[in-house]
Amino acid sequence: MQLINDDNEMKKTVNKANLKAALTLATTALLGSVQVAAATTSVEPTEDSWSFDSAFLYYSEANRVSAAEAVFNANKIYSDDSILNVKLTIDALTGASANGAVAQPKVQTFTRPSGKGDYDIKPGDTPLDDTFHDTRVQLNGQWTQALAQNYTGSAGGHISKEYDYLSLGVNGNIAYDFNKKNSIASFGLSHFQDTFTPEGGLPKPFASMTAAYHDDGDESSHDATRMGSDDDKTTTDIMVGFTQVINRNMVTQLNYSYSVVDGYLTDPFKILSLLDSNGIAQDYLYENRPDKRTKQSVFAQTKYHFDETILDVSYRYMWDDWEIDSHTVDTRFYIPLGNGSYLEPHLRFYQQAAAEFYQPFLMQGDALPEFASADYRIGEMTAYTVGLKYGMKLADGNDLSFRLEYYRQDPKSAGQKSPGVLANMEIYERIDAIIAQVSYSF
Amino acid sequence: MKNKFKYSFILATVTLASGCSSLGVEPWERDLLAKEQMALTSSPIDSALDDHIYFSKEASSGGKSFGGGGCGCN
Repeated sequence: MQLINDDNEMKKTVNKANLKAALTLATTALLGSVQVAAATTSVEPTEDSWSFDSAFLYYSEANRVSAAEAVFNANKIYSDDSILNVKLTIDALTGASANGAVAQPKVQTFTRPSGKGDYDIKPGDTPLDDTFHDTRVQLNGQWTQALAQNYTGSAGGHISKEYDYLSLGVNGNIAYDFNKKNSIASFGLSHFQDTFTPEGGLPKPFASMTAAYHDDGDESSHDATRMGSDDDKTTTDIMVGFTQVINRNMVTQLNYSYSVVDGYLTDPFKILSLLDSNGIAQDYLYENRPDKRTKQSVFAQTKYHFDETILDVSYRYMWDDWEIDSHTVDTRFYIPLGNGSYLEPHLRFYQQAAAEFYQPFLMQGDALPEFASADYRIGEMTAYTVGLKYGMKLADGNDLSFRLEYYRQDPKSAGQKSPGVLANMEIYERIDAIIAQVSYSF
Repeated sequence: MKNKFKYSFILATVTLASGCSSLGVEPWERDLLAKEQMALTSSPIDSALDDHIYFSKEASSGGKSFGGGGCGCN
């Protein structure tokens, strides 16, 4: 009798450990930004347990945008292994962003997005609009639980609000584990509904930038270039994933994603310079992008535990119907230093091809294309990130970590020739940024 | 090129799925895999912050998790 009881007890423990492992794998495989770190706690909670993570990040580009971001994340693991995750993110953005126009040998004057007021750019400088100041508040909630033997389900919501932007999202995932929970197949859906109400309204495609009006000025010429005050976009993602434990040291994951973005995809703040044959800007026209984009990606990741260290390598290939495709390789190497402290170097390489309608400027005399944008973020580009993280276990068992990274973007010509004076101008300016982060978990 | 990638991916998935019965560990061999550093996303906060940066600075997003909408990032 005693033996049978012991046996049952042991089975229960093993099953619980298995469910925990499955939940961990399933949630980490699926949930991305709302993943559940606490699920990996090695101590089995005997009752409901809370854990908290907080982080502060500072992102700063030389001469451009700076952002400060604070995150507070709460996890609750219930005694039945269900997991509740709630995350609050607040960020503040200030600084200057490239408006799309090209540098010129003379001073250039641009109207602010509101139509009210203007700003000057010095000869030879990449035109940057320093209007941007924004604060964003984001709230995420996610619930994960076992649905049936071998099935784990998860559902979540997202709300993000900034001055001119509202984003609402829902997601759902289901994971099926088999082969002693060494294999997990998962399927997820997510849908976002965004509303954009940009300062100054939505410019008409290729409308000419009008001169600014001032305090008592006439708004009518600005208003004539506008087609409304707000617009929507929806993003629907489908993701199929497969996670496989290879052996005691190695786990691997493969994902396929299909994403449809539908609606207002133009950036209302971006313009293109209209140049004469000598490369001198004659006008600035608001950009226009297609109102639909279909993206697909494959993602593969492997983690390998050496005797002490852990290597994490991932690769993503993305392609879309704007003819952008990109390669991303991301590598982290975990080096334990003893007493719970560690170092983690990080290397990331990114390369993208230009959208078919990307062009750094428009030429006078050429017919206007249906779509055009000079936003370098959809142009040809290579980017690198080099970083180092240091983490330590505090005396009370809480975790503290610091991360410092350098991010560099090298935009490149997609083959357009620079006419006249542009030959002496820097059109594809390099961007250098620093990412600094402090995290504390308790 | 794109089709080639798609087919390679399907092939890789099928190979993995069919070979997976011989892969893996017994429940009592999960000592290393159970470490939080061995989770596929061992630092979810870092990942979310990075996703947000790269989403707003590059033309690609998602892959590992949902790409999503979420901000009118500049």
